Amino acid sequence: MIPVPPAIQRIPWKLIALLSAITGFGLLVLYSAAGGSMNPWALQQGLRFLAFLVGALILARFPIKLFEDFAYLAYIGVVVLLIGVELLGFVGGGSQRWLDLGIVNLQPSELMKIAIVLALARFYAQLPPGNTRTWTALWPALVMIGVPAGLVMLQPDLGTALAICAGGAVVMFLSGLPLWWFGSAALAGAAALPILFSMLHDYQQKRVLIFLDPESDPLGAGYHISQSKIAIGSGGIGGKGFLNGSQSHLDYLPEGHTDFIFATMAEEWGLIGGLALLFGFFLLLRWSTRVALNARTRFGQLAAAGLTMTIFFYVAINLMMVMGLAPVVGIPLPLFSYGGSSMLTVMTCVGMILAIENDSRTGTRRFH
Amino acid sequence: MPRRKPPITEASRGITFTRRALVVGGTQATLGVALAARMAYISVVENDRYALESESNRVNLTLIPPRRGWIVDRHGKAMANNRVSLRIDIIPDRLHNKELVLGQLKTLLKLDGDAMERINRDLNAASGFQPVAVKEDISEAEYASVLVRLPDLPGIAPARGFARYYPTGAAVGHLIGYVGAPNAEEYQEAKDPLYITPGFKIGKQALEKYFEPVLRGKPGARRVEVTARGKVVRDLSTQSDVQGKTVHLTIDAELQYYAARRIGPESGSVVVIDCLTGDVLAMASMPSFDPNSFSSGIGVAEYKWLSQNDHVPLRNKTLSGLYPPGSTIKPMVAMSFLEAGLPASASTFCGGGLRVGNRVFHCWQRRGHGQVDMAKGIYQSCDVYFYHFAQQMGMDVIAAMGKRLGLGQKFPLPVPSQSYGTVPSPAWKQEKYGRPWAVADTVNATIGQGYMLVNPTQLAVMAARLATGNIVMPHLTQDANRAPVQSLGFAPDHIGVVREAMNQVVNGLGTAGRARLPVEDVKMAGKTGTAQVVSLSKGSGKGGLWKYRDHGLFIAFAPFDAPRYAAAVVIEHGGGSGAAYPIARDVMTFLFDREKAMAALEGFEAGWGGTIEERMARDFAAWKAGANRPPPEGAA
Repeated sequence: MIPVPPAIQRIPWKLIALLSAITGFGLLVLYSAAGGSMNPWALQQGLRFLAFLVGALILARFPIKLFEDFAYLAYIGVVVLLIGVELLGFVGGGSQRWLDLGIVNLQPSELMKIAIVLALARFYAQLPPGNTRTWTALWPALVMIGVPAGLVMLQPDLGTALAICAGGAVVMFLSGLPLWWFGSAALAGAAALPILFSMLHDYQQKRVLIFLDPESDPLGAGYHISQSKIAIGSGGIGGKGFLNGSQSHLDYLPEGHTDFIFATMAEEWGLIGGLALLFGFFLLLRWSTRVALNARTRFGQLAAAGLTMTIFFYVAINLMMVMGLAPVVGIPLPLFSYGGSSMLTVMTCVGMILAIENDSRTGTRRFH
Repeated sequence: MPRRKPPITEASRGITFTRRALVVGGTQATLGVALAARMAYISVVENDRYALESESNRVNLTLIPPRRGWIVDRHGKAMANNRVSLRIDIIPDRLHNKELVLGQLKTLLKLDGDAMERINRDLNAASGFQPVAVKEDISEAEYASVLVRLPDLPGIAPARGFARYYPTGAAVGHLIGYVGAPNAEEYQEAKDPLYITPGFKIGKQALEKYFEPVLRGKPGARRVEVTARGKVVRDLSTQSDVQGKTVHLTIDAELQYYAARRIGPESGSVVVIDCLTGDVLAMASMPSFDPNSFSSGIGVAEYKWLSQNDHVPLRNKTLSGLYPPGSTIKPMVAMSFLEAGLPASASTFCGGGLRVGNRVFHCWQRRGHGQVDMAKGIYQSCDVYFYHFAQQMGMDVIAAMGKRLGLGQKFPLPVPSQSYGTVPSPAWKQEKYGRPWAVADTVNATIGQGYMLVNPTQLAVMAARLATGNIVMPHLTQDANRAPVQSLGFAPDHIGVVREAMNQVVNGLGTAGRARLPVEDVKMAGKTGTAQVVSLSKGSGKGGLWKYRDHGLFIAFAPFDAPRYAAAVVIEHGGGSGAAYPIARDVMTFLFDREKAMAALEGFEAGWGGTIEERMARDFAAWKAGANRPPPEGAA
C-alpha cells in the first residue's frame, strides 16, 4: 500500500465530502429554482462555497489558543461593528444590517453568533470552578449576551437575536451553572412573554399571530407558510421530479431560493430528499458534538458545543419555519440557502470546530 | 440556596459538561426526529390535500359560457339568436393597482357612477380568478382603446363573447322573454360556477326562462398554467362549448312583428291561431319592452320608465291580461243554446231593453232591434235576445259551453304564468261569495259582463273552436308527436249557423262592416265586443279619460266557410270594438295578402310617428327629459 503523506492524511476528507454533499444538493435546487440555469444563483453559490471551504481549512490550522486569546477582542470588535451598523442605518435613514465589503455583504450580527460563543467559552473557561454557583458566574454572561442581542433587536432582526441568545444560553448551560437558574429563567421568560410580545414591531407581532393561525390570512402574511406547506405536501414521498416543481417555478413559493429553499427542494425531491438532507445535517452535528465531547481544553469543549448549537439553531428554526412550526423569522438554511452571510458563519464555525478537533489530537486532555 | 452542595472541582465540572452536552445533543436529535416526522406527516398524510392545492394554484380554469340555442319561428327564421359581443372583465387576483386601473377604465369606457359602484361591489365580493364584468357590449373603438393599453392595465381581460339578440325587439318581448345575468339567489340555488362567469346569461322570462334547460348548452373550459402573478405560462387544454338546442316555435315571426306594429300606439294584444293545428301564429302584446335592453342589463332609468307607464308594457296582456269579454262571447252562448235544443229560428222582440225582476236591462241599441232571431242576435249583437233566452236556457248550459270552448281554462303552454280568468256559474258563485246565483247574474254573464273574465288567448281559442267544432289546443312549439285534434261533437248545422251569423257581422248587416277583408274570395267572420270598464256615471265609455274608456274586443276567423285562421284582438280602453276590428282585419289580411297589409300599416305608422323602435326611443327620451308622458295617442 502506498503510504499516504501525513499532510494529505490531516485533511478531513470525510467532512469535506459531507459539506460538499449538502452544498452540492443545494446547488441542484438552486439550479432548478433558477428555471434550470446556473445563473444567477448556483454558480455563485458554488464558487463561494469553495472559497469558504478553503478558508475553513486554513482556519482549522490555527491553534485554538489564538481564538481564546482574541475572543474578547473579537467580541468587542463585533459589538462596535453592530453599533456602527446601527449608526449607519440611522444616518442612512433606514434599517441596515450589513456592511458592504465588496465581495460579500458582511452582517456583523452573523459574526456575533460566533463571537458570543467564543467570548462566553473563554469567560467560563477562566472562571474558577468554585465560583460556578455565584453571582459572578452569571451577570457578566448576561451582559455579554444582552448587549449584542439588544443591538440586533434594534435592527430589527428577531431571528438573529434569538440565535445569539441560544448560542450563549447553551454555553452557560454546559458550563455547569445551577439547573434551577435555567428553570426559573424559563418560567420568568414565559411569564414575561406577553410583555415581550408587546415590545415587538407590528410586523413581527403579525408574523407570530399568523404563525399561530396561518389560514387566517392565506393571501397576506400567512401566504409564505401556506405556500411552503403546499410545496412540501404536494411533493409527497418521491417529489415531483427535478425541475418540475410548480410552486417554485410559478412563483407561488416566495423566497424559494433563500429562506424557503427547503420547500423548493421538498417539492421536487419529496420526503426522500428531505430525510437525506436531515441525515446530512445529523452527520455534521454528530461530528461537531463529538469534537466538543473530546475537546482537550475547557474552552474547546464550550466553544465547540456552542458553535454546534449555532449551526443547529439555523437548521432547526429554518425547518420549523418552512413546515409551519415557527413564525417566519428570516433564518436561512445553512449551506443550502443562497446567500453569503450564513454560509460564512457556518463555514467559520466548521473551521473552528476543526481547529478544536486538531487541538485535541495534539496533546493529552486536561481532564484525565 | 436550598441546600449545601459538594464543592465544584474541575473534574466534576468536566463530568457535568459531558452529561449536559449529551442532554443538549439528545434534545437536538429529538428535535431533528420531530422535524422528520412533521415533514413525513405533511408530505405523506396530507399529500392529497396539498397536491390538490398545488394543482389549483398552478391551473386556472376559466369557463367559457355556452352559446345559447336559437329560438326560431315556424319557417326557421331566428327570433332570438346570438351576436358577437365585446366585453371587458377584471381578474381580481391580477389587479394590483385597483385605483389606477379603474380610473383608466372609467375614462376609456365612459363608465358612470352607478357602474363604478357596481364594479367595486363585485370586486369586493369576488376573489381569485373569478372575473368581474366591467362593461358588456362595448363598441369596437372602446375595445381597441383598452386593448392597446393592456400592458399598463394589469388584471384587465378583454373578451369576445356572445350576447343575445332579438331581431324584432319589442315585438317579441313578452312572447320570448329575455335573458340576464343570474342574481345572487339563483347562484345560491344552482351552486354552479358557470353562474358567476361573466357573459353567462340565463332566461329570465317567458320562453327564454321556460326553455332554459334546452337553450343553455354546455360550457366550454380553458385550463391554463399561471404564475402567482397571473401570467399565463401555457395553455393546458381548451374544451369548446356546446351550443344549446334550437327551440322551434309555431309562431310566424313576420306575422308576430306585423301584429305588434299594427297595434300601434294602443295598449292591447293580438293572438292568431291556426284553426287546423292549434299552432299559435302570433301572440303580440303592446306596448312592450325591448328584450335586447334587458339582456344587456337594463338601466335603472329605462326600467323605471317602463314600470311607470300606465299602458303596462311589462305585462304580457295575451296571457295575463284579463278582460270582460263583452259581446264576443255571444256566438259561444248561441252555440250553447243550439246544443241545448233551442232552434236557431226562435226569436224574441227587442224594444231596447228587457225587464228582469224589478230592473230594466238595456240593449246597447236603445232604439231596439225589433224581432230578433239567433243570427240577428249575433250579427246585430242584440243584448235583449240573449237576456231573454239565457233566462230560458239557464246559466249552467252557458258556463259549460264557455269552458268547453276554452274560457276559464289554463292551456299547456310553455309559459311561466297565465291568468285564466273566470267563467261564472251558480256553483262557482256559491263557493266564492256564499250567495245564490241571481237571474241578473245570468243576464250580465250572457253579454260577457259581470263576473266573466277572460284573456285574449282564450278568446282566440274560443274563436278557433267555434269555427271548426274541434278541440283546438294552442301550441307554441313544434312537436311531431301531437295528439290528433278531437271533435267537440257539435251538430254540423249548428256550426254552420254560427259561422254564417259571424260572417254577417263583417260581410252582412252586422256591427263590423269596416272589418271586411280587402282580399278577393276570402271572407272573414267575426264578432265585436265592448267591455265596460266603469259604470256609466264615470264616463260614457267612448271618450273622456283614457282609463275610463271601454275595452274594444274582436274575435275572428277566416275564411268563414273553411276556417283556417282564428284571431282575437283586445284593445284596452279603445273606446269600443271599433278600435279592435280594424287591427284584426289587417292582421288577417297579412295572412292572405302581405303586400296589401304592409301598405296599410305603412300608412298608419306614418301617422303615428314611426315604427315601434322610433316611437319608443322618442318616448323614452321625452320621459328622461322630464317631460310628462304625452297623453295616449289614437283614442280611436
